[in-house]
Amino acid sequence: MMENAWLIPIFPLVTFLVLLLSGGRLRERGAYIGIICTLASFILSLLVLMERFKEPTYKITIDWLSIGGTQLKAGFEINQLNALMLVIVSLVSLLVQLYSKGYMKGEERFSTFYAYLGFFTFAMLGLVMAPNLLQLYFFWELVGVGSFLLIGFYYYKQEAKNAAKKAFIMTRIGDVGLLVGIILLFWGTGSFEYGEIFQAVQSGVISNEGLTLIAILIFIGAVGKSGQFPLHSWLPDAMEGPTPVSALIHAATMVAAGVYLVATMFPLFLASSAAMQVVAITGGFTAIFAASIALVQKDVKRVLAYSTVSQLGFMMLALGTAGYVAGVFHLMTHAFFKALLFLAAGSVIHAIHTQDIEKMGGLWGKLNWTGPLFLTGTLAISGFPLLSGFFSKDEILMAAWENGNYLLFALAVITSFLTAFYMFRLFFMIFTGESRSQVKQVKESPSIMLLPMLVLAFLAVISGYVQTPWFGTFLGEWLMEGNETLLGGNSHSEGPVWIMVMAVLVSLAGIFLAYMIYAKKKLPRSWLVQENNEFYRVLDNKYYIDEIYHFTVGYAIKGLSLFLSYIERFIVGGVVSTVTISIEGLGKIGSKLQTGQVQRYGMIAFLGLAVLLVIFAVTGGYLR
Amino acid sequence: MTGVPLSAYLVLALVLFCIGLYGALTKRNAVIVLISIELMLNAANINLVAFSKLGVTPSITGQVFSLFTITIAAAEAAVGLAILMSLYRNRKTVNVDEMDIMKH
Repeated sequence: MMENAWLIPIFPLVTFLVLLLSGGRLRERGAYIGIICTLASFILSLLVLMERFKEPTYKITIDWLSIGGTQLKAGFEINQLNALMLVIVSLVSLLVQLYSKGYMKGEERFSTFYAYLGFFTFAMLGLVMAPNLLQLYFFWELVGVGSFLLIGFYYYKQEAKNAAKKAFIMTRIGDVGLLVGIILLFWGTGSFEYGEIFQAVQSGVISNEGLTLIAILIFIGAVGKSGQFPLHSWLPDAMEGPTPVSALIHAATMVAAGVYLVATMFPLFLASSAAMQVVAITGGFTAIFAASIALVQKDVKRVLAYSTVSQLGFMMLALGTAGYVAGVFHLMTHAFFKALLFLAAGSVIHAIHTQDIEKMGGLWGKLNWTGPLFLTGTLAISGFPLLSGFFSKDEILMAAWENGNYLLFALAVITSFLTAFYMFRLFFMIFTGESRSQVKQVKESPSIMLLPMLVLAFLAVISGYVQTPWFGTFLGEWLMEGNETLLGGNSHSEGPVWIMVMAVLVSLAGIFLAYMIYAKKKLPRSWLVQENNEFYRVLDNKYYIDEIYHFTVGYAIKGLSLFLSYIERFIVGGVVSTVTISIEGLGKIGSKLQTGQVQRYGMIAFLGLAVLLVIFAVTGGYLR
Repeated sequence: MTGVPLSAYLVLALVLFCIGLYGALTKRNAVIVLISIELMLNAANINLVAFSKLGVTPSITGQVFSLFTITIAAAEAAVGLAILMSLYRNRKTVNVDEMDIMKH
């Protein structure tokens, strides 16, 4: 089966091409093509994963280009991480496409939406299958394009347009880092292939400082894609896209690409402790930073977006503290519960046509399915015992503890408290209390939207059991198999029992506090912080990061552009117009010579001949 | 055989050619221009025949060549005169200066 794995990304590409060519005629039937093709991809991925349990890594490459003595290769590789990612991506994509069939109903550009989804899925699947950095970079950029198209899907809305541009440009900044990193790596090791690079790194071809630099540059690429501080601000804005897109791209797949990149290049990071520190600190800081913003946001999707940023920070923190398994594990569980949360939020938005949680409330009894589904996701992300988020977050805390980085450990604990708090704030604001909505008739979403959520809810509950302290560390052992030396050989992080107890207590405390404030209303909402307080305003304005960028980077670039535009207009333009004017003058003189007088032509030809003969006579036939 | 040297033929041909060139470049009447061109062609023929008889390696080739030239000159004159006739019918003139429509 694994030798046919190249078909997995081809199916969504077929969707894209078919819908692009004949989407106008198919209209809403286009969804079936998308769903069937993605289903095929998903089944294939599942088969590949099953087979990967038994067989070793499969890798096939063909020579694509040879430049000098260097062979550039193209192909695909199925190792543990790839196989897992393939299943996650194709599954979430499939579920999102099912969901969109209900959510996007009546949308004019329905088939275009499915075409874009197909394109994105193709790029993402190609990204995780890439056997070398060059191919990964191609698909990395394609994923960026897919994200751009989908965020800007409602292109007639100014905010959506700006958000799409912002997302593209900010991730681009990261991509430059990645590209430079790849080039330096190629320069140092002479190869794009993962295996050869890691071998070269371990044999010490590159100096330590060089390794740190390269690892950090590659990490910058991951920072851009995964919305880590300081390149995080595009992700909340990307919520202007349709909600299923947010679930697919900005929760489960594309933003996880950065984490995937760090996980793939993990041996490189392991070789440089400074780079690991950078990854861990960036992750830890982003986690608490984004969580604190999520505390006060009032747009349901924005809260979820900041929550995503925060959880991605968690994953980076795990990777940075050598918790390879913890990071990948959380990547998987997060993909399920965050996609569930986004889809459930979409279902709420679908029902009452607003994203402002101040205008929701009292929906528990009205949305009989969405409510419990949302609750499942909320419990999972809050780290409620026995749900998937509990196990993966535990693993991360253990990894941070084991690494001996107690400051980051404390940050992670505080963040998990904040996570529980803001998620339940969201839940209680939406589902309990008085109805503050304008919409009187609240209708539950159709079953085509509920089915994907049910699947995700099921996975959000059980997916944690692949790696638990009690029933074995199946995932960790499998991921490590054959890679012990490369990945640090830690299939499970051990720590004292009190960590797990404390994690549970912390998340329960967060839930309880949110319950007291937003559900029971025992405590006033101003109990923690006044609405017009300085601190509140800083949080509400997301630490003024966008404003800071606007006034520093924005104005600097604008000034530079103005300067360059004058250079362009006067210096470059001056040279160009001088050339054109002189050529034009020459042409005018030439055209004057053409009189139509055949005798004058003859005269000129004769004179020319005479001159040639004179030259011939003087020089004797040789021009010296 | 006779005492006429090669240079005499060549000078004759040169004189004829120059007269023809002068006529072709300066005369305004298209008929005169055509006649001048014939003159130049015949100057070339004299050269060919002279070299064929008195050249370094005399051979019949030069005379054969000049026969071809005469044939082609006749054809050219016929075509030229035909063009001239139709031009005259259309424009009522044989003045070369006025024939500049090919400029456009």
